[in-house]
Amino acid sequence: MSSRDTHTGRSNLFVRVYRFYAEGFRSMTTGRYLWAMIIIKLIILFFVFKLLFFPDILSRDYDNDEDRAAAVRRALVERGR
Amino acid sequence: MNDLISVVDWSRWQFALTAMYHWLFVPLTLGISVIVGIMETIYYRTRSPRWLAITKFWMKLFGINFAVGVATGIILEFEFGTNWSNYSWFVGDIFGAPLAIEGLLAFFMESTFIAVMFFGWKKVSPGFHLAATWLTALGASISALWILIANAWMQYPVGMVFDPAQMRNVMDSFSDVVLSPVAIHKFFHAVLSGWVLAGVFVIGVSSWFLLRKRAVDMAVSSIKIGGWVALAGMIGTMWTGDGSALDVARVQPMKLAAMEGLYDGGCDQSIVAFGILNPSKSVDNDEDDFLFSIDIPYGLSFLATHDPHAFVPGINDLLSGRRINEQGDTFYVESFADRIAIGKKAHEALRAYDIASAERNEAAMAAAKATLMENYRFFGYGYLDSPAEAVPPVAVTFYSFHIMVIFGGYLLAFIAVVLFCAYRKPGWLSSKLLLWLGMISVPVVWVCSEAGWVTAEVGRQPWIIEGLMPTKAAISDISAATVQTTFWLFALVFTAFLAAEMCIMLRAIRKGSETDYENTKD
Repeated sequence: MSSRDTHTGRSNLFVRVYRFYAEGFRSMTTGRYLWAMIIIKLIILFFVFKLLFFPDILSRDYDNDEDRAAAVRRALVERGR
Repeated sequence: MNDLISVVDWSRWQFALTAMYHWLFVPLTLGISVIVGIMETIYYRTRSPRWLAITKFWMKLFGINFAVGVATGIILEFEFGTNWSNYSWFVGDIFGAPLAIEGLLAFFMESTFIAVMFFGWKKVSPGFHLAATWLTALGASISALWILIANAWMQYPVGMVFDPAQMRNVMDSFSDVVLSPVAIHKFFHAVLSGWVLAGVFVIGVSSWFLLRKRAVDMAVSSIKIGGWVALAGMIGTMWTGDGSALDVARVQPMKLAAMEGLYDGGCDQSIVAFGILNPSKSVDNDEDDFLFSIDIPYGLSFLATHDPHAFVPGINDLLSGRRINEQGDTFYVESFADRIAIGKKAHEALRAYDIASAERNEAAMAAAKATLMENYRFFGYGYLDSPAEAVPPVAVTFYSFHIMVIFGGYLLAFIAVVLFCAYRKPGWLSSKLLLWLGMISVPVVWVCSEAGWVTAEVGRQPWIIEGLMPTKAAISDISAATVQTTFWLFALVFTAFLAAEMCIMLRAIRKGSETDYENTKD
């Protein structure tokens, strides 16, 4: 198979996969509501909860792993007093 | 200190809320994907349009549940980073590796093959479609495997070495983590309980059809498949539950004592079949454990060790370190007071390591590390103010365990009766009593499943990692108000999604029975 054939075959595969999903989404009935719910849920989870309420505290407060380890060590030593 | 306890309590409530919501969806996905696989296999072998319609109907309900449940587990990972940052750091790659594998598998395997399941009818060959359906079921179970391995490690930490420089537990044996007996039993117990839940769900929905005298043939066929899957799941759940009981007796004996409300253990120990705990009982007094109980002689000794005469320690025995060997001689291991003292030595060593590390004194660091490692096995006990603090909430653990067992026993009997009727007395499937029981069994199986998790997770308190880290050490330095706010937000949002799922599911059930099957005959 020449490189052109390979390229064409790969393009066809991508096109076929794209059409497979596109036609699948178009023919959905109940699935439309479900996808709407999934998208709303993901927006709430990642753009409201994650951004506003759930920072990764150690990543936010410290620049490198050494500082994070030291912070956790201090916290655990203090809690043990 | 009071504020810290409040943050710990709110964070625990929040984690419990989100985990329990997540577990509403997961077991149905695990089980119904198998049921759909079996139905499609029958269709593949018979090419009967009746089985195609039945497969598509249950596949639609699987899809609804999957779509609504998807990403509810992500919240738990958010909580690790925000509420439980000390814990997240402390567990290191042991927790991260299984979760990363789970994420990749869940994303690639399930999303690829689910698309083929739903979009692939008439576009791929029937054999390829069937393979996609089974691979979706397999992918769901493999995803659960990695989560349950991570959970099992928290209950029985193995395969790691603690490194005070990194302040992390570093995995030194992947196989010890993955093949831990606790992980294996937990995985099969949880996945097979999903088969029971899904089988009972199928029976319940089919009962609704039979009560309304609609799609009768589809309902009876579905009951047979659902019933067999539920029965296989129930037998497997009981078998792995027995293995889990042996594990708990060996590695979490305090949890077992709390599950049975047992304060003073003994040989030939009976098990409580049904009981009402004495609310005044605590480790500090000599009151009776129960107001009322019905016991099965030798039951707990047998459950915990497979020897009906073996000694099973109660809460007070564990606190004092008292044991009785096979010859009947009493001996003592470390009491919890001893463990606290050893844990505090480990803390002192960690403090010395921290100071030595700041001074870059290598010799002092090595000496402190040696002392720390010598005492590390009881590191978490150093955080406890008294031995009694190591006792989990006995009432919640006891009642949730007994609800699981009693409801499980009812479900086993119910499934057996339904299968008997389906094959030997088909006329009895029109009995309103049986059909109503079928529908009532749907919430019962969910309560049973959730009760199992409550037992597992409340029973291991106060530990987030057994013996190494209590929840109060794992918590981040955040305010209780923040956690309260997100707790109520979660409750609101997740309840809304659950209500939406139920509406869509009920509509699909009503619609599906009319359009998908009744016009389709062999």
